Amino acid sequence: MKNLKYTGMVIFLIGLAIFTTTPFLGNVKMTETIMVESLNEQELANLEQPLKEQLIDKEFSSTFGFSRAFIAIYNAKNEELKANEEWGKVMWTKASSVALNLSRASNNSVVTQNKWLFFLLTFGLGIFGSLMYIIVDLKLKGPPGIKNDGIYHDAATNRGWIGILTAVWLVTFYIVLYFHPYIMADAISLTDPIKGLFKQGAEASQWFLYGLLYCISMLVMGVRMYIKYRHNKYQIVRTTSVLFFQVIFAFLLVEILPLFGLPGRDLKNAMPLDYTFLYKYNIQELLDAGQFGMFLIIWGFVLSIIVVPTLVYFYGKRWYCSWVCGCGGLAETLGDPYRQLSNKKMWAWKLERWLIHGVLVFAGILTIFVGIHTFTSLSGVNDGEGVSTIMGISAFDVRDWYGFMVGAVFAGVIGTGFYPLFGNRTWCRFGCPLAAYMGLVQRFKSRFRITTNGGQCISCGNCSTYCEQGIDVRAYAQKGQNIVRSSCVGCGVCSAVCPRGVLKLENGPEAGRFGNEGPIVLGNDGFKLNQ
Amino acid sequence: MDKIVIIGNGISGVTAARHIRKNSDSEILIISAETEHFFSRTALMYVYMGHMRFEDIKPYEDWFWEKNRIDLKFDRVEDIKTETKQLVMKSGSSINYDKLILALGSKPNKFGWPGQDLKGVQGLYSFQDLEMIEENSKNAKRAVIVGGGLIGVEFAEMMLSRGIEVTFLVRESKFWGNVLPDQEGALISRHIKKHHVDLRFNTELDEIIADENGRAKAIKTKDGEIIECQVVGLTAGVSPNVAFVKDTNIEVERGIKVNEFLETNIEDVYAIGDCAQFHQGVNGRRNIEQVWYTGRIMGETVAQTVTGKRLAYNPGPWFNSAKFFDIEYQTYGWVFANKLEGEADYYWEHPKGEICIHVVWDEATGLFKGLNVFGIRMRHDLFDKWLREGASVDEVMANLSTVNFDPEFYSHYEKSIVDQFNKETGRNVELKAKKWWRNLIGS
Repeated sequence: MKNLKYTGMVIFLIGLAIFTTTPFLGNVKMTETIMVESLNEQELANLEQPLKEQLIDKEFSSTFGFSRAFIAIYNAKNEELKANEEWGKVMWTKASSVALNLSRASNNSVVTQNKWLFFLLTFGLGIFGSLMYIIVDLKLKGPPGIKNDGIYHDAATNRGWIGILTAVWLVTFYIVLYFHPYIMADAISLTDPIKGLFKQGAEASQWFLYGLLYCISMLVMGVRMYIKYRHNKYQIVRTTSVLFFQVIFAFLLVEILPLFGLPGRDLKNAMPLDYTFLYKYNIQELLDAGQFGMFLIIWGFVLSIIVVPTLVYFYGKRWYCSWVCGCGGLAETLGDPYRQLSNKKMWAWKLERWLIHGVLVFAGILTIFVGIHTFTSLSGVNDGEGVSTIMGISAFDVRDWYGFMVGAVFAGVIGTGFYPLFGNRTWCRFGCPLAAYMGLVQRFKSRFRITTNGGQCISCGNCSTYCEQGIDVRAYAQKGQNIVRSSCVGCGVCSAVCPRGVLKLENGPEAGRFGNEGPIVLGNDGFKLNQ
Repeated sequence: MDKIVIIGNGISGVTAARHIRKNSDSEILIISAETEHFFSRTALMYVYMGHMRFEDIKPYEDWFWEKNRIDLKFDRVEDIKTETKQLVMKSGSSINYDKLILALGSKPNKFGWPGQDLKGVQGLYSFQDLEMIEENSKNAKRAVIVGGGLIGVEFAEMMLSRGIEVTFLVRESKFWGNVLPDQEGALISRHIKKHHVDLRFNTELDEIIADENGRAKAIKTKDGEIIECQVVGLTAGVSPNVAFVKDTNIEVERGIKVNEFLETNIEDVYAIGDCAQFHQGVNGRRNIEQVWYTGRIMGETVAQTVTGKRLAYNPGPWFNSAKFFDIEYQTYGWVFANKLEGEADYYWEHPKGEICIHVVWDEATGLFKGLNVFGIRMRHDLFDKWLREGASVDEVMANLSTVNFDPEFYSHYEKSIVDQFNKETGRNVELKAKKWWRNLIGS
């Protein structure tokens, strides 16, 4: 059994190694035809000459080398245009996306020639190996029940060297994905066959690769959740729910709707987590998409303003964070092995409140700027350019700042990249503006609470340790108090790991929601409780 | 201003300190020779098993003590001079007190077995035991555990988590036989065996055999069988840790003798928790109670007395809980291993044999006496109310859905429990729909 587990790990690592090697397997040569086909008019006018001189028909051994050379030319040209104040000619598309397109078109590597093969060698081996590694736990870890043995002895889950390496890999992946996607042109191309299943001949984007990887990680690690918590129906049902919403809503529908000429949108993605909803291009696209587009606009508002707070009132924010949300879904599956690494100290809680509410305010400001811009431009103010500058600050700048700092760095690089170091809910706890919004509702107006069972707590600390949100659950439980905290995402693991049956997630009347408020825990008749 | 000194930083001593601080501005000093800070003793096993780090089983962050003006001293008390109200410390210094609370805890029982002090032989109680077990279990292949109770199961779980095989010797014919009725004992025994523990009933330890380095290498049972092992766990209960008190003026029998106010024979000296022995058991309980919860209640109580509101120890209805490998156990009220005269009982077990409940009531009056439950969680506060108010067994059975505390979506067995109950007892209970439990508490 153990050997089977190790074999699975080796197979997974081979798949991972091949995936990681793909950026070094490129064979890039841009022909004139490719250049003409891939660049738009303005780019061509600007870049044809220097590209012909420096890049055309030159061979590069990686998309990275090619793209760096291209970006240097692109930037030099732009600098020149700016210096000459030829503003009409300056190119505003991100150099990295142009570089990615050219790389994809000019790449003739072993990967692009054998896409299915490399898909199987990377995704295929990865899935097969990890499932093998996971499924033997059914036998290896004994009868159903909480099996947390060795978590703090394992370098993968105790911030040891494996954890650090994993974090380095993930952070690198996110930096490449968000900022230098041309590096992974080969990896993107190996998902073309899958993209082709939706639309013949369509090419995958970096976001398709990411979406596919995301879903597959969740599904594979979802199997791990099913095995680990097979004794706990709450966890089984909840895991099924997050997998369903990720695969159907966040992935398949987004791919399938466009096949019918409809805008592909993730219907469960609520503002302000979905911060691009009010962007002009998005609203414009939806307006152009007829009735369904109109429905999406109205749904977007109804979801955030009515559905979200109403369901939080009845069930707590768990209905979203640990049942529906994609970020939460990844955290609850891929991130589950790291949940114990969240910081439980008082200072972390203080930091959390400043940060998450700070992001909420930032998201509010963004919404105002973008909303005014979109509304005014669509109503034809300034010849359709709208009002983009308020108090000397440009809405486009606010968008860029938010997109970079919150959307990319916080949610992606730190939020997921640091799973193995800071735990699996770093983004959800410290950064997500939707979580902050729902948290306020959950804390002040909700039927949800975690009930503490009288005086049965023995202060062992399992609940706090395995709280991914860093809530010191024990601090409440040992006083016989219920847990009512804005950050609780209702994953239910505190209740699962409690050895004495002390904790239960419940929805009930608001009256008495905080439970025992006296200093004395139940069991002592020398005192009168709550009177 | 009074200076209150507490010896022992376990749950009893620390609870006392916290409540003294709530009630007064007295100077508070907690002395411990075990660890610098309070930790949850019941969680030591999880540190060994890698579920948590030691810092995770400390219920309060280290700044807590200074913030609440509770002084800590990491030193051992060698002697108590009650005439001068002085403590003589191992470090050579001495400490004065106005009021002294002894919360000394327990130590594992050793019944004079030959070889009981060899290397590799140990109990499981203190932080030092945790350090020792880490050392003792290195490269171990088999452990023999002596004594079938709660700590024995913990010890077995710990060993198995490191791949060490376990032989478990139980003197009685069933598991935890002085506490659990036969059916529950059998259920737990099956579960322990399912985890591949070599569980042996009616087997007593005769001696522990040493190798040439004075380390345990095997044990011999009373039947003469020799079992090779590298670790021997002595888990046949604990007794009050009172050795150094015996030479003082404070009255000691098995534990430190106290009245219901937790006062010893010496004025301004109190004893709480595992080390306290009541002249007479309170509310029909044993006169020495070695349970987390009772330690906490004694701490809450003595804090009132030493801050001027003299209060008798008056615990509510008995409750306790534990976990045996994967099966959780809760008990409310009294279910004795052998039912008392005049008691009737009802036992239900799930066909898969890992979930059960055992209800006891007074046959003549139908008064609910207590319940054992394995594999289902139930609500403490509702049982507390029923037991205090003298609810009938019918009321308890009728409200089984409401008293259920299992996580959402769990399977429910109340219907089958009540149906079988009616059939076996001839009573006629109708299972009521689940009610928001506070409504029952309030009514």
